[in-house]
Amino acid sequence: MSATAASLRNQFPLLAAAPDLHYLDSAATAQIHRLALDAMLHHEATRRANVLRGTYRLAEAADLAYEQARAIAARFLNAGAADEIVFTSGATASLNLVAHAFGNTLKAGDRVLISVAEHHSNFVPWQMLRERTGIELALIPLGADGQLDLAGLPELLDRNCRLVAVTHCSNVTGAMTDVATLVAAARRVGARVLLDGAQAVQHGPQDVRGMDVDFYAFSGHKCFGPGGVGVLWSRGELLAAMPPFLTGGGMIASVTNEVATWAEPPQRFEAGTPPIAQAVGLGAALEWMMGLPWARIHATEGHLCEMLITGLQCIPGLRLLGPQASAQRAPIVSFDIPGLHPHDICQVLDGHRLALRGGHHCAQPLLAALGVEACTRASIALYTDEAEIEALLDGLDYAVKVLT
Amino acid sequence: MSLKMNEADALYQDAIKQFAQAAHGHGQLAAAALVPIGEAKLDNPLCGDRVRMQVAVSSGRIDAIAHETRGCLLCRAAAAVLGLRAKGEDEAGILAAVDGLQGLLQHDGATPAAWPELAMFEPARAYPSRHRCILLPFRALLAALRSAPASDAAD
Repeated sequence: MSATAASLRNQFPLLAAAPDLHYLDSAATAQIHRLALDAMLHHEATRRANVLRGTYRLAEAADLAYEQARAIAARFLNAGAADEIVFTSGATASLNLVAHAFGNTLKAGDRVLISVAEHHSNFVPWQMLRERTGIELALIPLGADGQLDLAGLPELLDRNCRLVAVTHCSNVTGAMTDVATLVAAARRVGARVLLDGAQAVQHGPQDVRGMDVDFYAFSGHKCFGPGGVGVLWSRGELLAAMPPFLTGGGMIASVTNEVATWAEPPQRFEAGTPPIAQAVGLGAALEWMMGLPWARIHATEGHLCEMLITGLQCIPGLRLLGPQASAQRAPIVSFDIPGLHPHDICQVLDGHRLALRGGHHCAQPLLAALGVEACTRASIALYTDEAEIEALLDGLDYAVKVLT
Repeated sequence: MSLKMNEADALYQDAIKQFAQAAHGHGQLAAAALVPIGEAKLDNPLCGDRVRMQVAVSSGRIDAIAHETRGCLLCRAAAAVLGLRAKGEDEAGILAAVDGLQGLLQHDGATPAAWPELAMFEPARAYPSRHRCILLPFRALLAALRSAPASDAAD
């Protein structure tokens, strides 16, 4: 193991305690960093109180920690202001929030453009919106190279298109979306752009203003933070124009017997007690990430991805699902070995301490477009090293023998 | 590097692979040949596996069974066991087999005497997420049985 990978790995308590574990499922859930755990424990042990409600000093300390986490998330995304960060329970909740709060401003005949490569979390909410309001839902197809095929954008993006909501990075193929092309096309017809950043955030801080998008959603557990917390970012003026999604405590300006009025964003979209300690833990994880040498990490991840794909292509019959190593991609690699079911492959690999995901990865329309019902996925993170890729390739060689 | 066998591989003993390969009962029942026919299609939401099960029922007993199973080795082997053994059983008999199978998977239960092949699934006890794979064809069969029109009325 290289010194860098070993030193990174040892910062993750679970991995440090299990040196023989090859955790290659970070696209499902990344391991949690020690700093995030420490921050949550410290918060719960010294500052536990509800936020934005109490006036005693303990509550003020909790408020401060929570709002500091919001400011960190804003810096991580290069947002214009901390108040543009809405804490949610995860990317799924963030996407549902947009599908309701923004979606409910749409009317029958308006178009929402998604892609066939979406996680169900950015697919089903729009299908439900179509049922509620009669919007038209259109799909960007998959190209032969595994990337989104943007050639048809001029036809898909007409004046009725109000929102383009696509993944920043496929959770199955690792394909990165060509955001610049998409945003330019969307702007021409005045459509808003939402990126599902669930997979992209694990591979470094993002620049929502640089990308010129309108919404960005991600989960804490995908970027070395805790589960149960996520982020929705949007421009201040957009958030201010949207009605709430969930309602209840903490999101109102006033309530009478007859009517309620809404708090300003972001509180308008944080009904009920938010995941306070989780937000603090996420803040610690994001702060840690912002201090990392990302150019070097990307080079290592790219090298491991290429090493894996090269090795996979030596397995007879194996079909790589998605872009080649040289493409614009994240190190998420899915494949199909005809005649072998991903569940069985993953079960045999587990016997050799290799943790991979097999199944449809909550992306059944994408798998249908790729012509498979299920596939096996290995995802590489910053704590992965060459020995783990070699172990996976050995394990696959063994699995093929056991299962045939 | 060559890897050594371990307990996870016990799942993939020859019996399971042979049953999955044999695919007893695979196919569809001829539409007009046997009535009444019950049918069900069930998915495993974890992986997209799917079993389509058909049964011809007479006086409450299975006269014929056919299935189309898209799934892992465990799911396909379980469907093949049904293809081999389910004929002649009624709903109570299938429920008894399911109870026995669940006992085998969840604790040290005995293999049901009428279903000796179920013993091959015992190594799956350590892997609860795979129990659904094995049980999917059984659940599909029960759903198909319950969807069949009352056989006495059709006899």
